Amino acid sequence: MTIDALTGVLLIPALSAALLAVLPGYRLTSRLNMLAAFLTFATAVSLFVVEPVSGRYLLVDDLNKVFIVLTTFVAFTTSAFSASYIGHEIEIGRLKLSHVRFYHAMYQVLMFAMNLALVANNIGLMWVAIELATLTTVLMVGIYRTHEALEAAWKYFILGSVGIALALFGTILVYMAARPVIGEGPDAMVWTILVTKAASFDPDLLNVAFVFLLLGYGTKVGLAPLHAWLPDAHAEGPTPISAVLSGLLLNVALYALLRFKMLLALNPVAIAPGPLMVTMGLISAVFAAFMLYRRRDIKRMFAYSSIEHMGIIVFAFGMGGPLANFAGLLHMTMHSLTKSAIFFAVGHIAQVKGTQKIADMSGLTVTHPVLGWGLVLGVVAIAGLPPMGIFMSEFLVVSSTFARAPWLVLILAVAILAALGGLFMKLNTIAFGEPRGSTAPVEASYVPMFAHLAIVFVAGIYMPPALVTGFQNVARLLG
Amino acid sequence: MQGITFDIAHMLAGSLVLVSFMQLYQDRLSALLNIFALHALVLAMSVAYQAFVQDAPHLYITALIALVFKAIVIPVALRRIVVKLGIHREIENVFGVGLAMLFGIGLVALSMVVMLRVTSAADPLAREDLAFALSVVLLGLLMMVTRRNAVSLVIGFMSLENGLVLAATGAKGMPLVVEISVAFSVLIAFIVIGIFLFRIRERFDTVDMQAMDRFRGEQR
Repeated sequence: MTIDALTGVLLIPALSAALLAVLPGYRLTSRLNMLAAFLTFATAVSLFVVEPVSGRYLLVDDLNKVFIVLTTFVAFTTSAFSASYIGHEIEIGRLKLSHVRFYHAMYQVLMFAMNLALVANNIGLMWVAIELATLTTVLMVGIYRTHEALEAAWKYFILGSVGIALALFGTILVYMAARPVIGEGPDAMVWTILVTKAASFDPDLLNVAFVFLLLGYGTKVGLAPLHAWLPDAHAEGPTPISAVLSGLLLNVALYALLRFKMLLALNPVAIAPGPLMVTMGLISAVFAAFMLYRRRDIKRMFAYSSIEHMGIIVFAFGMGGPLANFAGLLHMTMHSLTKSAIFFAVGHIAQVKGTQKIADMSGLTVTHPVLGWGLVLGVVAIAGLPPMGIFMSEFLVVSSTFARAPWLVLILAVAILAALGGLFMKLNTIAFGEPRGSTAPVEASYVPMFAHLAIVFVAGIYMPPALVTGFQNVARLLG
Repeated sequence: MQGITFDIAHMLAGSLVLVSFMQLYQDRLSALLNIFALHALVLAMSVAYQAFVQDAPHLYITALIALVFKAIVIPVALRRIVVKLGIHREIENVFGVGLAMLFGIGLVALSMVVMLRVTSAADPLAREDLAFALSVVLLGLLMMVTRRNAVSLVIGFMSLENGLVLAATGAKGMPLVVEISVAFSVLIAFIVIGIFLFRIRERFDTVDMQAMDRFRGEQR
């Protein structure tokens, strides 16, 4: 196997994980973690300059390049946030040094698993990678060893494993459908071979397979009613992990779903996967939007907001067509950046206030102006108000659907407006209420948060033509 | 020859479904562990037979993994945990055995209807295997739903995985990568679960999942 950018995005995290597992302390290791994440990001960007040749096990195309760059970028900024977050957790004794070593190693294993899932050219290999990512995050969610953290990890583990098991059954069925056409052996699991022959697969088997894959990977995307693990896992784990879960892992599961959707779209007789995805997306968006109103825990609230946005994204991809796909892709990118920025803010807020309860952290713009206004900006962005990027993408989703299915837009609009109301009601308490809780100054790293928000802001006003063309190519590829 | 080959494979896969049903009505943890070991044993036999029929020697490895890990190592380890915790006589069902069995029959009927209809083009052996495998998967899910105890939840999950292995071996010529990964993931899953069980014990003094529900974040 030759060493190129494609193997680079796998080798760097794998080697760093091994290194970080043996190094003591946290100052050096958190810097090394950042360095490794940056190197992976740089390697991922180089995929745009020199495109390596896809092999039998790894592939690179326009679709996964977008995902890899987004994943490695957010992973890099999160590692910068994580460095200051972990420092504080050690100071207050919430994390032991041995746990930190484990945490950093797991962080890189997670990066490895997610990148592997994105570049795998084999449906079995992709499944293994997503399973690995699940197991790693389970261990990280439970790292605080409190009642709540263990319960969250356990719930996540059980639901995640069941989802992953259903996805494997779907994967086996896809192989069964491909076997009579391609022949026995590994070839019948390779993406690049599958897509060329998909038109002659047995449509019935593909239909059943897709249902299992949608349920299985849909659990990992956090689609209602399979979302039960998501709020717990977000609320009880370390905040950098909440940011990675929301911003990246949900996307990776979505990527798997999109690949299989492409496969089904190529078969003329198989059911259209679109309506199924549209339905689940709408249910998730509406359900999560209304759940926002009763939340008392800040991380839990933003977890529900993630379910809502994943619902909108799945809806957009379900509608299909170049414009809706473009909108879905843009929305996914904007959501990843915004939501991780919000979690960066929330992490520092929860640390300085010593609680995650919304009622105990009011008046934040008075006690901690930078964090408070940063959070306000993030919520303005995530609620989809202009001029931020999410406004653009939500506008595109709505307008592209309006021409084709006006009634669906109505439901979607209800979800978006309900979420806006819920988020601002809570934001009002958090940012502008009576000042409460600690007013101690916070040692925060603001750079990652504001960098993300700046990108989202700029994207709302101006998108570079190269980026637009790139996204359009991917949108066409998705069909 | 074709007739007898089909019959044996059919019988082994069918027995797996039957053992899944037996798991449903066990009311003690130690008995449930025995039945799980039997489940894994039947799986190992079925996989070994597939290896023989398909002339695919690598499947013997899968059979061996099923035999050693799932039928011996894991039940023994789980039994030690259960005895240590003093819960080998406990089991709690969310609803009665009769109702669980009725649901189980419904699920098996469902998987037959779904799988036999869609696989009409495939060869009969693969069809039957797939239909049985889906039944085992669904029965495993049912068991996870009907039990509250963390240990029986784990057993439910592992019998679900057994169903997946049955499906994977029934799919002729499926690459080895996947089979190893399946077995490997079960192993990891077991380690993770093992750690969790001990941690849960440490923190809660019980493995009853209902006790854990009290700590849910929203109810603070």
